Order: sequence, then structure tokens, then C-alpha cells
Amino acid sequence: MTGQEMRRALTRIAHEILEHNGGAKELMLVGVRTRGVPLANRLAELVASFEGETVPVGTLDINLYRDDVHLRGPHPLETTDLPVPIDGWRVVLVDDVLFTGRTARAALDAVMDLGRPMNIQLAALIDRGHRELPIRADYVGKNIPSSLTEEIQVRLTEIDGKDGVVILPDGGTHEKSEAGR
Amino acid sequence: MASTRVAQDEPETAPVVADAGPPPVPTVPWHHRHLLDLDDVTQDEIGTVLKSAIAMKAIVRREVKKVPTLRGRTVVTLFYEPSTRTRVSFETAGKLLSADVINLSASGSSAEKGESLLDTVLTLQATAADLLVIRHSHSGAPYFAARNLTRTGVINAGDGAHAHPTQALLDLFTMQERFGSLEGRKVLIVGDIAHSRVARSDLWGLCKLGAIPVLCGPPTLMPWDILQGRTETPGHPFATVQVEMDINEAMRDADVIMPLRLQKERQTAGLLPSLREYAQLWQVNGERLARLAPNALVMHPGPMNEGVEISPEVAHGIQSAIEDQVTNGLAVRMALLLLMATPQGGPNA
Repeated sequence: MTGQEMRRALTRIAHEILEHNGGAKELMLVGVRTRGVPLANRLAELVASFEGETVPVGTLDINLYRDDVHLRGPHPLETTDLPVPIDGWRVVLVDDVLFTGRTARAALDAVMDLGRPMNIQLAALIDRGHRELPIRADYVGKNIPSSLTEEIQVRLTEIDGKDGVVILPDGGTHEKSEAGR
Repeated sequence: MASTRVAQDEPETAPVVADAGPPPVPTVPWHHRHLLDLDDVTQDEIGTVLKSAIAMKAIVRREVKKVPTLRGRTVVTLFYEPSTRTRVSFETAGKLLSADVINLSASGSSAEKGESLLDTVLTLQATAADLLVIRHSHSGAPYFAARNLTRTGVINAGDGAHAHPTQALLDLFTMQERFGSLEGRKVLIVGDIAHSRVARSDLWGLCKLGAIPVLCGPPTLMPWDILQGRTETPGHPFATVQVEMDINEAMRDADVIMPLRLQKERQTAGLLPSLREYAQLWQVNGERLARLAPNALVMHPGPMNEGVEISPEVAHGIQSAIEDQVTNGLAVRMALLLLMATPQGGPNA
């Protein structure tokens, strides 16, 4: 996926979010660290340019809710930062890659611990398949069927210097590629 | 097939994984099974704890302040000395992370029947404690426990006059919250430095983070090595530590002032003429506080002897961070428990 394709996909997702929610009212975008955060910011900018309404953007660190804390060892925590209490809001979780669904599961738990949103939706730039939990995304930028041995890397200007998605043919084991996020 | 699926703007040759770019904030993993003092903890590792503590403090402020991370892990606090804040802080920290916390004190345990420290800690290890938080009046007791435990990690919650690393970490966190970087910040510690495990651990942490510790107090209560200038050799970890006998002079440009609790036993030991004289010469009071910058912090490890080392109006005044220190202690200990209760290096370690 090129930078241009990524822009188009995000534009479409922003429209879909607005269509599905009937506007931007009580809509909050929450980026899952690390690469979900710039994606959420970009979606918020797009939403603002379409609707003329700014939506709050939050960030979520899911490390405390992972099911593999005992496998990955200790990692420094980042902060979770939501601009407003989420009670009653429509929360759209934004992540770069949807893979096993375990990150999304952790993100759901993390959000539920912060309050009672009206609903939670999931947006992913890439859906690469291989779900291990009954989880699906409401908004997908691109489906990339992949093999378990491959690694899919989303690169964003804000973090990596330029936009793009690459597939590394032998990205390592399943755990390794999942641990990257 | 794989090479044809590489995205268009990438070269066709095999991409280099290192291209993925570094994480936005460099952080180091935590590699200590035990935390006995800050002497063998690096500056970056201290940074890791303090950074995680920011996220933990946000949890403490939530309405529902509980996360499931340490479910199924056991933390035992073993206190051979009385304590309010440290023990409660560790217990609360464990509970907010969903660990099971068991509190043991010398009275009421088999220590009363004469069980040795070694047998007690081995028993606790055998009951599957993941972490053991030890406070003991003898310097080195947690080291002894750590040497003899193979599965349980040890956190030193204060040993004799030696070290109190978690207090130092919460002090650093409190200062960092106010000032950002501690580089070049002048931290004045006043009082009974020689018998203070807090001061000793603070010195390690402050020196590692580039702050300038200044010690002030009666010469009888100063550590001899520092008083005699033995630490002034270049390369000594405490080379930047300064000594200033006159509190009014020392307070001139201090960013933090931290009076230590004056134990009343010091007077009977002949180290002090009287508490009244001590208060006159060394007490942090409103008049002396006026010399400090308005954004300077007053800190105290607690418990306080109000009217001796600190006056009540300062202890509860607007520059006091003493209550913040307690909340920060909870956040820092949560961060430590998380880092230490999860095994290092993944499944094969």
C-alpha cells in the first residue's frame, strides 16, 4: 500500500464512520498505541474537514490488559489519555493492523474500565486475517490476506518518516510479529 | 511470490527490518529480579520506572482504579519495623494491579517464636510468593533474603540505616513532575543524614539523574566520608554532593528542600544538645522558606515531627508536596510491581 492509497483508504473510513454514526455527534476516536494514535489523529482531521466539527481524540495504552504479559516480560508503560469521560460516547478504536484480535480484545477491556461508552467500534487500516478471537472490524482500510510467517508493517510519516505498508516475507514467528505492536 | 507483494514504493529487494524505525520514545527494559538499592540501577532504568509511574498515577485517579494485569500473582509484605505509608502503599499498589497481597509483620508471625529471617523467607517462597517486600531494622537483611531465594523477587522497603530505594524513586518522581529534568537542580536535604536510609538512596538517584544534592545539618549527624571530603574525587558516584553547614546559606537557591525526621533517640545518644536547639538552627520554617524560589518544593519522607525539623505552616503550606509524595509513592510502587512481577526476557528466559 502506498502513501496515496493509505490516504484514500483513510478518507473512505472517515466517510464510513460519519455515515454509520449519522454525523460526528458524541463521536470520539481513540488510537491504540503506537501506530493507532497518528491514524486516529488523521481520521479526526478528515472528519473535521467533512463535517466542520472537531471530534475528541484519545490515546490508549493496552499493556496492562494484554493476555501475554507473562510471555513478553516487563515493558515500560505509556499513558492512556482520553480528553473527556467516555460515558455515553460513541468510541471508535483505531489500530494499524488487525491480526489475531488479541490487541482489540485488550483495548475493549481497557476502554470498558474507563467508563460506559454508548458503543465501541473498531477501525483498522489493515486486516490481515488469522483471527484467534471472535472479533471483526467495523471499518477496514484494506484486506491483505497473509501467511503467518509474514510480517506486515504499517509505516507512518509521524513515526517512521514516510507512509506505506510493507509485507516482510519472513517476518518471524507469530508471536514476534504480534509483539511488534 | 512474496517479493511481488512488497508494496510499490519499496525497493524490490528484501526490505530491511531495521527500516521500521525506532519506537517514538526510547525506553529500556527492566532486568532486575530484586530491587535492593538504586546503586546498581541505571539512569535509563530509573527512567523506565518513572515513565511507567505516570501511567499508573492516571489509574489511581480513575473512578474504578483496578486493572487486571497481575491477576494470580502474590505479593507478600514482610515488615519487621512499624510503618504506615510504605506498607499501605505497597499493599494498595498490589491490589490495584489485581495481585493477591498478604501482609506479615514481626508481631503475630512466627518471628515472635524465634523463627529466623532465613526460615521465614524460605517459607514464604514455598507458599509461592512472587514478590517479597521486606523492611528490617538491620542493614542488609533484604540482601540476605535475596541471596537465599531462587524463585521470589525481593524489594527492599527500608533496611536499617542503609537504603530505601522505593522512597527515593517516589522522591525523584515528585521532583520530575514539578521540574521535568532534574539536571542541575539543587536538592537540599536537611537533618540526620548519617542515620537516614532515605537520604542515602536519594543520593544515588539524584546523582544518577544529574541533580546536585546539598547536605545540611549538625556535623554529628553527617556521614563521615562525605564530611571529610572522601567522595570528592572525580568519578566517585557522589562526587557532586555538596555540604553546607548554614541552612540559611544552603536554602538560597535550592529547588527542593527536604527536612528529614529527627529521631528523638539521637538526643539521648549525645549527638544533639536539645531538640529546641536543633529546631532553632535547622528547622524549615516559614521565615526560612521565604528565601526559596516560589516554585520550589518542600518534601518530607514522613512521618513528620512537626515543630522539630519542620514547622506546621510549612508542612501544610502551598509549597509542600508531602501529600503528593504519598500518592506518587503508590504510582511508583505499582510501576515497580508490574516490572518485577513479570518474568524477564520472554518465555524462554
